[in-house]
Amino acid sequence: MMRRRELLAGTALGLALFAAPAGARTIAGALPWQPDAGTPPNQVMPGPWKFFTADEGAAIEALVDRLIPPDPKTPGGKDAGCALFIDRQLAGPYGSARGLYMRPPFQEGTKQQGDQSPLTPAQRYRKGLTALDKHCRDAFAGKSFAQLTDAQKDDIIGQMEKGPLTLEGISAAGFFEQLLKNTQEGFLADPIYGGNRDMVGWKMIGFPGARYDYRDWIDRHNERYPLPPVGIGGRPEWNPT
Amino acid sequence: MTRKLPAKDAVIIGLGWTGSILAEALTRAGLDVVAIERGPWRDTATDFPTTYAPDELRYRVRHDLFLRPAQETMTFRNNSSQTALPIRSWGSFMPPNGVGGGGLHWNAETWRFLPSDFELKTHLTQRYGAKALPEDMTIQDWGVSFDDLEPHYDKFEYLCGTSGKAGNIKGAKQEGGNPFEGARARDYPTPPQKQPYGPTLFAAAAREMGYHPFPQPSGNLSQAYTNPLGVALGPCTYCGFCEWFGCGNYSKASPQTTLLPVLVRRPNFEARTLCEVSRINLDGSGKRATGVTYVDSSGEEWEQPADLVLLCAFQLFNVHLLLISGVGTPYDPNTGQGTIGRNYSYQVTSSINGFWSDKNFNPFVASGAIGYCIDEFNGDNFDHGALGFVGGGYMGAVMTNGRPILGTFLPKDTPNWGAAWKKSLAENYLGAYQFATHGSCYSYRDAYLDLDPTYTDRLGRKLLRINFDFHPNELKMSQYLTDRLGEIVQKMGPRQFDKKPRKGPYTITDYQTTHTCGGAVMGADPKASVVNRYLQSWDVPNLFVTGATSFPQNAGYNPTGTVCALAFWAADALVNQYLKHPGPLVPA
Amino acid sequence: MSGTGRVLSALLALALLGGIALAADSDRLHDETAHNRQNFDETERGRYLATLADCTGCHTKPQGGAFMAGGYPIQTPFGTLISPNITPDIDTGIGAWSDDDFVNAVQRGRARDGAHLYPAMPYTAYSKMPRADVLAIRAYLATLPPVHNAVVSNQLPFPFRIRASMIAWNALFFHDEPFRGDPKKSGEWNRGAYLVAGPAHCGACHNSKNFLGGDTSNGMLRGGVLQGWNVPDLTEDQRTGLAGWSVDDIVAYLKTGHNRISFASGPMAEVIRASTSHWHDDDLHAVAVFLADQPAPEQPSPPAVAKTDPAMTVGQAIYVDECSACHARNGAGAPNMFPALKASPIVQSSDPTTLTRVVLHGTQNVVTAAAPTGPSMPAFGWKLTDRQTAAVLTYIRNAWGNAAPAVDAGQVSKLREAQAGN
Repeated sequence: MMRRRELLAGTALGLALFAAPAGARTIAGALPWQPDAGTPPNQVMPGPWKFFTADEGAAIEALVDRLIPPDPKTPGGKDAGCALFIDRQLAGPYGSARGLYMRPPFQEGTKQQGDQSPLTPAQRYRKGLTALDKHCRDAFAGKSFAQLTDAQKDDIIGQMEKGPLTLEGISAAGFFEQLLKNTQEGFLADPIYGGNRDMVGWKMIGFPGARYDYRDWIDRHNERYPLPPVGIGGRPEWNPT
Repeated sequence: MTRKLPAKDAVIIGLGWTGSILAEALTRAGLDVVAIERGPWRDTATDFPTTYAPDELRYRVRHDLFLRPAQETMTFRNNSSQTALPIRSWGSFMPPNGVGGGGLHWNAETWRFLPSDFELKTHLTQRYGAKALPEDMTIQDWGVSFDDLEPHYDKFEYLCGTSGKAGNIKGAKQEGGNPFEGARARDYPTPPQKQPYGPTLFAAAAREMGYHPFPQPSGNLSQAYTNPLGVALGPCTYCGFCEWFGCGNYSKASPQTTLLPVLVRRPNFEARTLCEVSRINLDGSGKRATGVTYVDSSGEEWEQPADLVLLCAFQLFNVHLLLISGVGTPYDPNTGQGTIGRNYSYQVTSSINGFWSDKNFNPFVASGAIGYCIDEFNGDNFDHGALGFVGGGYMGAVMTNGRPILGTFLPKDTPNWGAAWKKSLAENYLGAYQFATHGSCYSYRDAYLDLDPTYTDRLGRKLLRINFDFHPNELKMSQYLTDRLGEIVQKMGPRQFDKKPRKGPYTITDYQTTHTCGGAVMGADPKASVVNRYLQSWDVPNLFVTGATSFPQNAGYNPTGTVCALAFWAADALVNQYLKHPGPLVPA
Repeated sequence: MSGTGRVLSALLALALLGGIALAADSDRLHDETAHNRQNFDETERGRYLATLADCTGCHTKPQGGAFMAGGYPIQTPFGTLISPNITPDIDTGIGAWSDDDFVNAVQRGRARDGAHLYPAMPYTAYSKMPRADVLAIRAYLATLPPVHNAVVSNQLPFPFRIRASMIAWNALFFHDEPFRGDPKKSGEWNRGAYLVAGPAHCGACHNSKNFLGGDTSNGMLRGGVLQGWNVPDLTEDQRTGLAGWSVDDIVAYLKTGHNRISFASGPMAEVIRASTSHWHDDDLHAVAVFLADQPAPEQPSPPAVAKTDPAMTVGQAIYVDECSACHARNGAGAPNMFPALKASPIVQSSDPTTLTRVVLHGTQNVVTAAAPTGPSMPAFGWKLTDRQTAAVLTYIRNAWGNAAPAVDAGQVSKLREAQAGN
């Protein structure tokens, strides 16, 4: 295709004499642009767990469905896809704490100094779910978390959040915080990431989604915005019936 | 084995706002300039197009555009009784990375400081007496005045196309603007942004109470605009994916949308990205910078010689490089000696969450700099008399978004999960509005930056250590501001409102602002400052240091307007004074 | 030195001697000093003429090619041709060519060895220029650094690679006549007409082509499709032409890369960047005056696709969600930033090639000194299916008073395939 960068003869010569360091990306002469540029997100496809084992998956589905219970108007965390969301997140760079500062020495500090744990989110879930499973089987005659009644589940979750439940090898409150955060992310993030299925979270609150133009609405005060939500991947109205 | 490159006239460390402003001025003056940027090239069409920019998870929650702590971080402690520990994951502030720096994903709140802010020590001492100031408070005058900087604030606002309403043009007060602002030569280049429902209700209540609300000055433009360099911007579409995000439709002022298209066309400009400056090189005397050493993305080390070195990286990294490179004398809080790292400050914000059952605010219709504010309680605009603190901030209805994951808030005592949480979220989303105060943060003897003894970065250099906590003065101020704001919110008739004044200790875990300041402050006295009034290093005259490092203390406004006005001011001094007579511009 | 080398050196010596001898002859000085590289006025005149003729557009390889050293593969409907090296290099460029060799190539379509050139080299247009102008270009080219770059131009497949086939083609389509103005029109109009027909060779793309690549009889400046992009109609057609453009609009477009209606990208971006943005203002104005006076044959507007058509409903939904943030709900765009889609000739062109390409892959507005911003449209190809793309294209072609044939998914699919990796 006819694409040309404006290269003035002098600049071209200068660069040729001392080849720009191989590990640098030098910009000179024109704004770099290519067709099909960019790094769009990949659509999460439903399917087998990529991170969780079958048992862990069952536990997570049960957990998210109590953190965000189903009601007649809006699905719960499970049907909204929160467990799928968390699974795919843990299987990716988020799960392995990519980009975080994970150099030793690790020492506990004050609350103000933030998380000093050497555990990645993936490790936290593994440890947390294992410990939770053990706690449940011990306390409930061999039942897993998923097999408990809703009231029992809520009780355990409440005790993880505020005590006094402890988990072996990991802070219960820390695990709860991680889990709650990811569950709510899953419920309210763009559906392209596997949660917020059919945009149920957005529909529940009235958030119009990945829209970019509200110029017609800035002056319309106290009026209900009428359009349904749209995700990065579109909405049903993009496909003819 | 470090390889030496051909010399350049000037090397700029970091290609953000100030790096771009200085690069434009110096290349226009004919200098051969290379800007070395640690992060990647970033541009609207190639990196944050509208097709996937509005993604809260990726950009707000997972911090996709920001520096990775693994690449560089700092350690933190509130005070010297603690051991500083690494910031392993960002919280309180979000350091930028990449071309455009913080200017790419900022709110675009474009403020000027007050005239009294620049002569703070003199002003407060005169008005309240020296005893009114805490003994360990180390505020100073800046060495420049508002009037010195006014033409440069103007340059920045016209570069950006800033949307606003002037309050004081050449001494004449203007209806609808900020009556407290310093006199300006002319109005903003574009009219204020339109406002959504919440801010208009706030403004009505504030007016009823005798205050003077005005639209927040915004770098998210109210209309299409072409700046003096010929670069064009589009109109903001109130998408609500502003701060933390790149703007997909060219309507937020950034180096990308105002400067870079012209800069890259100049044959004497080169941007070298994915290269991290590891130190500034000094000659044997320690009084002259010979250039920089940097590491490219393959780990190869290069030396870039230059006659002029401009340290234009983000505030924390500027101080880090000065310490690592042995420029000047590091500050010792015990003896009070040394200046590098001294007078570190931050920002003291607070919020009020209001809930209405009968109103629909459409919170998703917003921009990063939307809102109505009042300035009655900023700086020394009010008599601090017997209040027991100094300082202040603007306050207003400035909610920037309705993003579901992290932009929502519920009445206090709402359970964090379960059916009650879900119900509350569903019922309150459209009828909730958040108000804010944005207060000053003065400097103290024990608020400083130095090098950590234990932790290192990927290049083996000691991490920067942040030693900081809020002082009683700032916490009193925050309570006062929040109470005053609460009175206005109450007048708006919410069903419920929850005040959240800033409380100590300062925590690194919760996002507040990225307005970290100081550490290489400007001033008239070389014993109490690192750079002179032109941002030129007292110790190394061919080194200039831009950014919020120069703030001797922080005022009650977002810093970028002042950071960029100072950059224009310094560029002017470089081109018209320094290049004609290289050497110290101010006798030491 | 090789045998060939000896012959070439001898020829060069002869040419130089001939040149010097001729230069000494004052009677023909005004004609032959055209190639005297010492004559700054002539080389400057030649440089401007080379800008008008946009030699660099084909003869400099994009992204790093040496100036005028050729090597640029040019896609034609018949296969690929690689542009020759026209630097003064003796072995691989035109350093050894005589003035007549140069003029024969540029104006007659004959190479130095007598071979026929393909009309990708627009000799059919350059034939309208005065010889002195062509030699001024030569003088300018002679001042460039010689670059050693051997190019084998002819990469066409059989049977097109038989150059002699051009004999018949020329008989049909090459009218070797000097430019004839219209005495009833102004001097400025005629200057514009000359530029369009001659050095700027606008017709090389903008005249409708037949299947043999020659101009159709009624297609002057009516456009078509070339190299996977629409070539716009430059007549005063209400819907698809320049009827809505003032003279100032045309000048602004050619000088800065955009005007209040349209933003150049694709192959025209190259022309603007390398050629028209460097023209003198009066030449731009002359071309604009001429184009603004090009009548369009009467042709009925296609009926607009009905608002109730399912494609329009779907297309509108996609448009509101994805396009309005730049192009605005009412199709008006934003000044100096985003083109208006309402009343846009490109949007309403009968062939949707450019529209499809731009939506699928994105595009960048050309950057010029006068307009350095270069706002770009992102790629939607990863986000929209063929059906969705077709729907939104149908919508923009028929909303806001626009009227153009609907686009179907099959067309999008074919174009997507054709444009892959392109």
